[in-house]
Amino acid sequence: MSMPASARVDNHIPAENVDVAQPLLQIRDLRKRFSLSGDFLDQLRFKGGKLVRHQEHVHAINGVNLDIKRGEALCVVGESGCGKSTVARTVMGLLSPSEGEIHFDGQRIDHLSSRQLLPYRKRMQMIFQNPYASLNPRMTIQQTLEEPLRLHHPKWNRQQIADKVEEVMRSVGIDPDWGKRFGHEFSGGQRQRIAIARALAVDPEFIVADEPISALDVSIQAQVLNLLMEAQHERHLTYLFITHDLAVVEHFGTRVAVMYLGTVCEIATTATLFSKPRHPYTQALLSSIPRLEDDRPQHIRLKGEVPTPVHLPSGCVFHGRCPYANPRCREEIPLLQMQHDGTHVACHAVEEGRL
Amino acid sequence: MALLEVSQLDVRFALRQGEVKAIRDVSFTLERGERLGIVGESGAGKSVAAFSLLNLISKPGFIAGGSVRFEGQTLNTMSERGLRKIRGNRISMIFQDPMMTLNPVLSIGEQMVECLKAHRRISSRDARAIALDKLRQVQIPSPEKRLDQYPHELSGGMRQRIIIAIALLLDPDIIIADEPTTALDVTIQAEIMALLLDLCEQHNVGLILITHDLGVVSQVTQRMLVMYAGRVIEQGPTREIINDPQHPYTQGLINALPQMATPGEKLNQIRGSMPSLSNLPSGCAFHPRCDFIRRTDGQVRPACIEQVPGFVQAGNCQAACHMVAELQEDRRLKEESQ
Repeated sequence: MSMPASARVDNHIPAENVDVAQPLLQIRDLRKRFSLSGDFLDQLRFKGGKLVRHQEHVHAINGVNLDIKRGEALCVVGESGCGKSTVARTVMGLLSPSEGEIHFDGQRIDHLSSRQLLPYRKRMQMIFQNPYASLNPRMTIQQTLEEPLRLHHPKWNRQQIADKVEEVMRSVGIDPDWGKRFGHEFSGGQRQRIAIARALAVDPEFIVADEPISALDVSIQAQVLNLLMEAQHERHLTYLFITHDLAVVEHFGTRVAVMYLGTVCEIATTATLFSKPRHPYTQALLSSIPRLEDDRPQHIRLKGEVPTPVHLPSGCVFHGRCPYANPRCREEIPLLQMQHDGTHVACHAVEEGRL
Repeated sequence: MALLEVSQLDVRFALRQGEVKAIRDVSFTLERGERLGIVGESGAGKSVAAFSLLNLISKPGFIAGGSVRFEGQTLNTMSERGLRKIRGNRISMIFQDPMMTLNPVLSIGEQMVECLKAHRRISSRDARAIALDKLRQVQIPSPEKRLDQYPHELSGGMRQRIIIAIALLLDPDIIIADEPTTALDVTIQAEIMALLLDLCEQHNVGLILITHDLGVVSQVTQRMLVMYAGRVIEQGPTREIINDPQHPYTQGLINALPQMATPGEKLNQIRGSMPSLSNLPSGCAFHPRCDFIRRTDGQVRPACIEQVPGFVQAGNCQAACHMVAELQEDRRLKEESQ
């Protein structure tokens, strides 16, 4: 990175005793509910001659604990509706948690006002799934990339901003001469590069990427994934990477957290998770990846489908589909427990040695 | 004679900017009970190819040449009346998004009975019994209840099962499935694909599976076509193409998969992106992205830029590339030197 040293210092949060061992991001017992019942008047119902207030919630996240270490790429995988995107958005402060805390670099950030959050926003950036929706169609690429710089570096002059924009455009493989074009003039892969450039423009330490390659074609996915890995090595980035594509996780992730219905059921290093999945849901998930090698897949068939997050199952959220469920699973919520190799699994069957 | 014979199919779209050739010179056959995959990225023309089989291309698109023959009848010149006897009856389709396919204001039962009555003289009662039987075949829990439910009451996986039940309703000879599991989660996708595979085998139904997912194709199909910029660039037995792809694009596509690389290493990417169909490069449409276009002396091979490559036989596969023989020789030398 070629940046004037003076420009890098300003607006930086005083981080006095930087502890390298301390996780960059800590999520503590995070819960998020969304109301389905509308406003107060919508919630009133007549029941047995009385007016009753009736509320229903989608329980999107139910007690998630995650630590993200400096320099790692933590992948969160799960199927649609498991709450992985809600975790990403809550971390970025786009949603406020119903309960729980989020600490960034030792500081609690979930209760801050948007003004107080501003210095943290510079250090954490987000890349969204759909580059067709995340770029403002009325702004040129130049304007799109200048906007975060103007906001976070109000003292920079025009030349400094122009230099920085050129540098990030080059680093993502977009010709700086294309700055005057609009988003619609680019292909999907190029748009996602621009979205990545926008995130990198303010030199963040931490990037939340929510399904950044799912909307792209196979040959373009590899290009964008390579770009994200390059950026990680060159800029020492830490990623929270949300995806449903397990093949990508295996390639990209340092550690993996598997989510099901708003809870984390297993956290492990990527190699351990893929060679030795412990949780029955992880096992089923891994067995259903379509692979090139085997032409007759023997995937683990799960009963039924994911229950609705409006009425959560009692006990373990997975018990209705789990082949190993017993009465305890139906009543008691399993907690994440560390195994001898450092993997964390939330499963009674694993704990009891039945699995 | 094959059950379905497609030869030199040419579909164009007459747009204001001029004619766009969506697919050109697409030829393939499908035997009874055979499963064929059509693979390609978005814009490769795979869906247009599937839709044109049943003459479902709507204006401004039209079939400009070639033929689709089913049991000896030419479908692309047939009257709408004649086609209606084949669509849904002998050849049925499964689309990507089940919510768009099902009618939201009719119950599942009504839609299935309607479909049966359109093609057969049958009482409502018998039709309902057939519908129930098909719902059982696609392993839907409590099928009796589902007949009276509406599409919005069911989950995505359940809706796609119902679509499969409807596709099988009239015991067709061929099912064309256009990205049937793209909108679904992996565990559900695996279930649906396994179900589709079982049913096709049980009833000896041919399957044309359109997808961008090489993993799915390799698990389900026996033969495959790879499409690029409106043309078939490689075809042959699925296993052979996956294990030993001949065309540089197919090689690139397979090598770009994360599972082909060591975790943490750089993925093998294909540079650039697919050209727009209205502005195709000359010669081989893949040449601007191809790694093998230059000879060892650094000179660009003129044939790649000037001539559209024809099919070259390689084992049981055919690849549309000028350099198939040379590339094979290169790979052989490389293997020997190792």
